[in-house]
Amino acid sequence: MHNTSQAENVAEKNIHINQGTDQYLTFMLAGEEYGLNILNVQEIKGWEGATPIPNTPEHVLGVINLRGTVVPIIDLRNCFGLEKADFGTTTVIIVVKTRGEDNYERVVGMVVDAVSEVYNLNESAIENTPSMGTVVSTEYIKGLATIDDKMIILLNINHMIEVEVGKEIAQLPN
Amino acid sequence: MSMDMSEFLEVFFEECEEGLDVMETGLLNLGTGEVDVEEINTIFRAAHSIKGGSATFDMLEIAGFTHVMETLLDQMRSHERVVTTAAVDLLLESVDCLREMIDATRDEEDIDEKRVNNLKQRLEVMLANKDADASEAPETDNPADNVASNPAKEPGGEGWVIDFYPHPDILKNGNEPYRLFEELRQLGKLNVVCNLNKIPDYKNFNPEENYLGWRMELVTTVNEDRVREVFAWIDGECEIDIKRLDTKSNESGSVAPLSGDGEAMSATAVETTTETTDTVSEAASSSGSEAEGANEQNPPAAESAPKPAAVTPSKTSAPAKTSKAKKKPSGESGSIRVSIEKIDSLINLVGELIITQSMLSQFTDEFDMSQIESLRDGLGQLTRNSRELQETAMQIRMLPISSSFNRFPRLVRDMSSKLGKKVELIISGEGTELDKTVLEKIADPLVHLVRNSLDHGLEMPDKRRESGKPETGTIELRAFHEGGNIVIEVVDDGAGINKQRVYQKAVESGVIAPDEKLTDEEINNLIFEPGFSTAEVVSDISGRGVGMDVVRRNINELGGQIYIISEEGKGSTISIRLPLTLAIIDGQLVKVGTETYVIPMLSIDESLQINPRQIKRYKGKIDLYKLRDEYIPVLRLHKIFGLQTDVTRFEDGLLVVVEAERKRVGLFVDELLGQQQVVIKSLEKNFRKVDALSGATILGDGTVALIMDVASLIRQHLLSQGKINNSSLEAA
Repeated sequence: MHNTSQAENVAEKNIHINQGTDQYLTFMLAGEEYGLNILNVQEIKGWEGATPIPNTPEHVLGVINLRGTVVPIIDLRNCFGLEKADFGTTTVIIVVKTRGEDNYERVVGMVVDAVSEVYNLNESAIENTPSMGTVVSTEYIKGLATIDDKMIILLNINHMIEVEVGKEIAQLPN
Repeated sequence: MSMDMSEFLEVFFEECEEGLDVMETGLLNLGTGEVDVEEINTIFRAAHSIKGGSATFDMLEIAGFTHVMETLLDQMRSHERVVTTAAVDLLLESVDCLREMIDATRDEEDIDEKRVNNLKQRLEVMLANKDADASEAPETDNPADNVASNPAKEPGGEGWVIDFYPHPDILKNGNEPYRLFEELRQLGKLNVVCNLNKIPDYKNFNPEENYLGWRMELVTTVNEDRVREVFAWIDGECEIDIKRLDTKSNESGSVAPLSGDGEAMSATAVETTTETTDTVSEAASSSGSEAEGANEQNPPAAESAPKPAAVTPSKTSAPAKTSKAKKKPSGESGSIRVSIEKIDSLINLVGELIITQSMLSQFTDEFDMSQIESLRDGLGQLTRNSRELQETAMQIRMLPISSSFNRFPRLVRDMSSKLGKKVELIISGEGTELDKTVLEKIADPLVHLVRNSLDHGLEMPDKRRESGKPETGTIELRAFHEGGNIVIEVVDDGAGINKQRVYQKAVESGVIAPDEKLTDEEINNLIFEPGFSTAEVVSDISGRGVGMDVVRRNINELGGQIYIISEEGKGSTISIRLPLTLAIIDGQLVKVGTETYVIPMLSIDESLQINPRQIKRYKGKIDLYKLRDEYIPVLRLHKIFGLQTDVTRFEDGLLVVVEAERKRVGLFVDELLGQQQVVIKSLEKNFRKVDALSGATILGDGTVALIMDVASLIRQHLLSQGKINNSSLEAA
């Protein structure tokens, strides 16, 4: 009897989690913690170099071969206008699968300093973005969340990739 | 029929497309006077499938229109009507109209009712006046009456209508309805319509019982007793009603009572074909082979159907599906039909691959050096497997070029009668297969070329006679494989190109410099130059040149080449050379700094070591290399691509001379690595189009190498350096 009610409790809790709750993968970038919806994450892999593409903006590091698919890699630090850092042992590529407003599915790798945690976040726990105070352009930010006194910047990854990778960027080098 | 039909809709449209092609081809093959019954049957069946299908999907306008066409065809088939040119023309026009109707329905647009009704009336008028010419617009106000009063009579149109309702337990005694049909069919022409009214709910459905009833029309001369004899074995296990067949009442009324109201009738009846056979074969206690027999029964039944008006919708949708092997679906549609053999061989190869894989995986557990030989063997086998797999997978995308060639008989026929020229079209090599994408993109340029040959290449009959040629000109379309490429040729025996005029025109329009010396071949190929296509001037000479630059650009985009061989007064041959597939190209790997780039072999003229003394600097910024009599600009790839390299002096590197759009440049690279076939991977898929690159590929070591787009590279270079054309280089 006792067991049953416990199971019911767990089930109830799961239902509760499923309602309006998403899982977020967080990663570190220049001391800040950023989060993105885990459903966008395809895989995480180590940095092994990329083939540079000419005539592309600086934040595009190049393309890699991901099991037969050619996947562009972007340097997120550069995207956000942060200073360059050497790639270390924790540096990883988060491979994300996104679908932008153009309804076009892209697989793109982002180089970040390190991956951090996976959090369950309820919709209600996400606060609106203040109009300033972050290094990232606010259009890429979905909201802020606070967990254990840490602030996590949640990214609107679909939009960000569409803009950073999909759209022609006006000022090319040279 | 409450099921969701939308998923079948696309299939239906594709089948319509095929059916229309079949009809068109058939009509074109149809000689006047003599009636090739088989040919008419083919056309009839195609029309019939479209009618049946469209009725199923509630496209009553299409069904109605096809019905009228079908009636006309039926008369031709039964020798009641002589096949006249007027009739064939009208039918061809109707095919066009039908195509438009179907396209409009697919795009959810309105059907051009005026045109449809006009054509329908003309068809009906033709039906009404058996031998009259129906090219005139109709005057009758009530065409429907004409159709009705004109039943499709069979010679000796007598026979029997048999209502056959077996009892539910008939199957338990080993009686098989379809054998009865077979037997009846030997007595004469048989039409069968199934009545599904008695099929119970799924809950009450007993697979061992029969719920079907049939109405059959047997056109025969045998008497009633002979017909009854067929049913003798199941006497008492069924209800049979045999009536004399009345051709008049048979027009449309006789079947309607079976399946309820008239509109629903055709829809139900179509499904009947499949359901009948399925139910019969499933329910039967017989083996699988007999079930197949039941399926095979359909096509002959369809052929011999004499009364389209009465029982038509049930007949041909199924046979049409099975008899067409593979054909190009329309335009940009996303599906492809692949023959079973191709799939089977692919599956076989996958099987072999798995065997090889399991053999190789044995080595992963324990490996010692004594096994190195068998490991090597296994790897060799894997290589062979994967190569074969690659080839076979590529084959799936390959379609015969006939789907593209098929439209030309019609085009030539229409155009030649409009122009008053006599033309014979010879097509060869239509079985040659090439990639679906290439096939789709080559279609328009080909039409353009053939039209040009017809319009401007071939002379008028009297002029041909004057110059001692037969009045009937020939245009030949050829396709064949040659060294990993496919070659398509458009050959005509017309006037050829007037080189003098082409040269003059080229000088006038600034395509070439006044003092430029060109070989005959080079002059002929000037017609592909942009800016050379001002129509009227060129049509005076030979006409070629209208939009020929567009044709060449399309071909180049496919990685192909086009050139023309022409002899004045004797005709021209236009050759298109295309890669078999867009997915793989022959590439030259070059090294620039630490990166490897791929240059398509097709664009490379030659590669050479640089003699620094042959380099000249022009205006202080552009390096020109003296290649024999010509100065070509040198592009330093490492600069263009922003790469670091130690090889910056000309004598240390190599020059790869590439050509695109008749412009030649030298690419300065560090070294040449090797030639190999590379699989093109799109950069746009996950990224975007990048200038000067046509894609990427994955090398043997797993790294990505970028494939250069030579044409775009040259364009980009010319833009950045200001316009430099050949003449200014000459001046340097």
